[in-house]
Amino acid sequence: MVLTPSEIQERITRILPRVRKPGRYTGGELNQVVKDWELVQIKVGLVFPDIYDLGMSNLGLAILYEILNKRPDVLAERIYSPWIDMENELRAADIPLYSLESMHPISDFDILGLSLPYETLYTNTLNLFDLGKIPIFSYQRTSTDPLVIAGGHATYNPEPMHAFIDAFVIGEGEEVILDIVDAYQSWKQDEASRADLLKKLSRISGVYVPSLYQTEYNKDGTFDNISKLDQEVPLPVVKRIVPELPPPPTRLVVPFIDTVHNRIPIEIMRGCTRGCRFCHAGMVTRPVRERSVNEILDAIEEGIAHTGFDEIGLLSLSSSDYTHILDLVKAVNERFSDRNLSISLPSLRIETVSVDLMDQIMDQRRSGFTLAPEAATEKMRQIINKPVSTPQLLETAREIYSRGWPNIKLYFMIGHPSETLEDVQAIVDLCKAVLNEGRKVIGRRAKLHAGVSTFVPKPHTPFQWAPCDTQENIQAKQDLLKRNLRGKGLKLTWTDPEETMVEAWLSRGDRRMAEVVYQAWQRGAKFDAWKDQLNYNAWLEAFSAVGLESGFYTHRHRELTETFPWDHISTTVRKKFMVQDLIRSQSHETLEDCRDQCYACGVLPTFADLRRAHPGEVWGCPDVPNHQKQDDLLQVAVPSPEV
Amino acid sequence: MAMRIRVTFSKTEPMRFTSHLDLFRAWERTLRRASMPILFSQGYNPRPRMQLAAALPLGFTSSCEVIDIWLEDDAPQVSDMKSVLIQVQPPGIEIQDVIEIDPQDPPLQKRVRSAEYMVTLLDPMSQLSDRVANLLQKDTLQRERRGKTYDLRPLIEDLTLKPADGGKHQIFMRLFAQESKTGRPEEVLLALEIPPENTRVHRIKIIFTD
Repeated sequence: MVLTPSEIQERITRILPRVRKPGRYTGGELNQVVKDWELVQIKVGLVFPDIYDLGMSNLGLAILYEILNKRPDVLAERIYSPWIDMENELRAADIPLYSLESMHPISDFDILGLSLPYETLYTNTLNLFDLGKIPIFSYQRTSTDPLVIAGGHATYNPEPMHAFIDAFVIGEGEEVILDIVDAYQSWKQDEASRADLLKKLSRISGVYVPSLYQTEYNKDGTFDNISKLDQEVPLPVVKRIVPELPPPPTRLVVPFIDTVHNRIPIEIMRGCTRGCRFCHAGMVTRPVRERSVNEILDAIEEGIAHTGFDEIGLLSLSSSDYTHILDLVKAVNERFSDRNLSISLPSLRIETVSVDLMDQIMDQRRSGFTLAPEAATEKMRQIINKPVSTPQLLETAREIYSRGWPNIKLYFMIGHPSETLEDVQAIVDLCKAVLNEGRKVIGRRAKLHAGVSTFVPKPHTPFQWAPCDTQENIQAKQDLLKRNLRGKGLKLTWTDPEETMVEAWLSRGDRRMAEVVYQAWQRGAKFDAWKDQLNYNAWLEAFSAVGLESGFYTHRHRELTETFPWDHISTTVRKKFMVQDLIRSQSHETLEDCRDQCYACGVLPTFADLRRAHPGEVWGCPDVPNHQKQDDLLQVAVPSPEV
Repeated sequence: MAMRIRVTFSKTEPMRFTSHLDLFRAWERTLRRASMPILFSQGYNPRPRMQLAAALPLGFTSSCEVIDIWLEDDAPQVSDMKSVLIQVQPPGIEIQDVIEIDPQDPPLQKRVRSAEYMVTLLDPMSQLSDRVANLLQKDTLQRERRGKTYDLRPLIEDLTLKPADGGKHQIFMRLFAQESKTGRPEEVLLALEIPPENTRVHRIKIIFTD
């Protein structure tokens, strides 16, 4: 018997005073959209499978919330994972997980749309279904269960979650979400079977319905091929993009309680032209599309009027590369400098111009300045294609310290197969050299924080053939850092090697990994992204229960000819390009900004028609000439299968 | 010259679980939505100048909260402020009144003497009037809070059981609410052997000294 919203309300009233941060579970915030449940045809639950504090900062869901709620025939409500104390209370009182707006059990929704930006949300996803009394496996769901869809960066390799998600959205969701709603609506009117719904969805560009494909493996366990079970499904499945970024959401829900980011997030640009070889985001979000300065300024103004937030995040993968960055900063400064706002401009290049930019944009709180050199030696910088010179970094650091930021944070990455202990020692030396620059300018007030993550060879990047570093090596490298990066003014943080392993298994998994995810969850794994919650043993036990070797996914040497379990998902960056780029990496050859010279990664041929319809500087890619005949044009526009 | 305004407002159901600190943030955002020229403190981490009369514990609602807000002198007429603020007030804040006061007036917190609460019991309970009467008969009521023993009895000015309204009992309390002399409604409930999570506490009045 499913509870009604008022029964849920009545029961949680008794529970909330006992749990931590009850404001996570009440809804009712400024700008939430509550529609009449009975009068709206299609109900969509937007799910972030971690707690409210994180989910409220998820930009993807905020965008979809606004788009869906604009449609009079659709309502969208928010659903997040309860923290463990609340989960225990919900289970004890037999209350199903509910949506914040109307307190409907999540099983009452037509569609549940999940955001999966990273892999360590997978066990939480299963746990969330369980809390919502929704069948865990896709095949168990019937026409009376919600349709479960998922998107986000992790789903560019959807296979480890193929058994639990009915349909994946590959790429950007702004347009495709409405196509999905339309398809659902017509299916609902036809009163057809669940299989018909999935079939309908699979015809939408950018949608991948895993149950309409089957996979085969070689004797050695490697992936052999994927084939269609329905002749009309696409293979490969090409990601969906929007040709121009629609206006950013500004009527954001304003939480009553403190969350991770309390800010107006405005994407100034999507995509990146730098081509760092380890960077998943940089590969999958191509092509670069920019918003105009005026659109950004208007969005800030509207955002403040609607929310009252005092923080503005001007977001992109590489702010320095935004074409009109100087104009933007100048205009922001002129218009907003007297309003006591804190404006952040993350991901700046390591050059003194960046310090000028930050100086102008007047983050008044001047607590810290973050840069991401990633590597400390010339060799490693060439290998990962992030060329920064040490003198340039030191000059930039000097400028930062002298202009009033006492704290510099530097991001590094260890664990690439070509990396030696000397390269890691260089991180230590570089950090000390940077701090030394600060000491010269502001004395003992100068601080340096090194954040050192561990390389995970991500699918769809030129490093997808690379093995992960062994746990012993990672440990040795981290020990070296811990021994040497200490002392006054120095701070070091690092990623737990076990966390890296879980991320790597899930990033690189095939369909067989789904059973491992299930078994790990059955053994208590959840909140894997939380350092203090990660249950590594549950994962090891899950692998042995399923009979798979974890190292097969992470530490094996891969031939260039190997077919990957994610090759049928096309980010439009061709495998051939990635092979070439891997070879360039091995000979320490770097690529310049691809705005200056196109390296034919594959994005443009696929989206040639979109580019032609949206010419000029809104895209980072070159213009596509108009004089081609219609036939040629079609040929260019059809996505070619991977190598 | 800065301007100081005093706003009386209700903190209602949607904000029941919004903490004291987060309530300040909600006010700051409300003023920013109204484009009010908030006066910020000087220094490294400028904060808006605001003072709440008396912190309201998490989980309580109220119809008598008071906040003082300092504004730059180019603020709009105080007579217009109420309607401006009501337009941008978030769910959970209901503005009743806005007046201008002398910036030199003593801080609100120092003038709070007592607070009155109406407690609604969610479940029927037996022998309530006996429990209340027994408690009131006592001269002292030793209780422990955060490892310290203190006497709750002298902090209770008034405690009255109201006739059941719609089947639900209500208890009226007036408790001292001064610094170092603050009676807590949940402590009184525990002394009455009523689980606080099965009640709703609503603050109905803050009594100030002159």
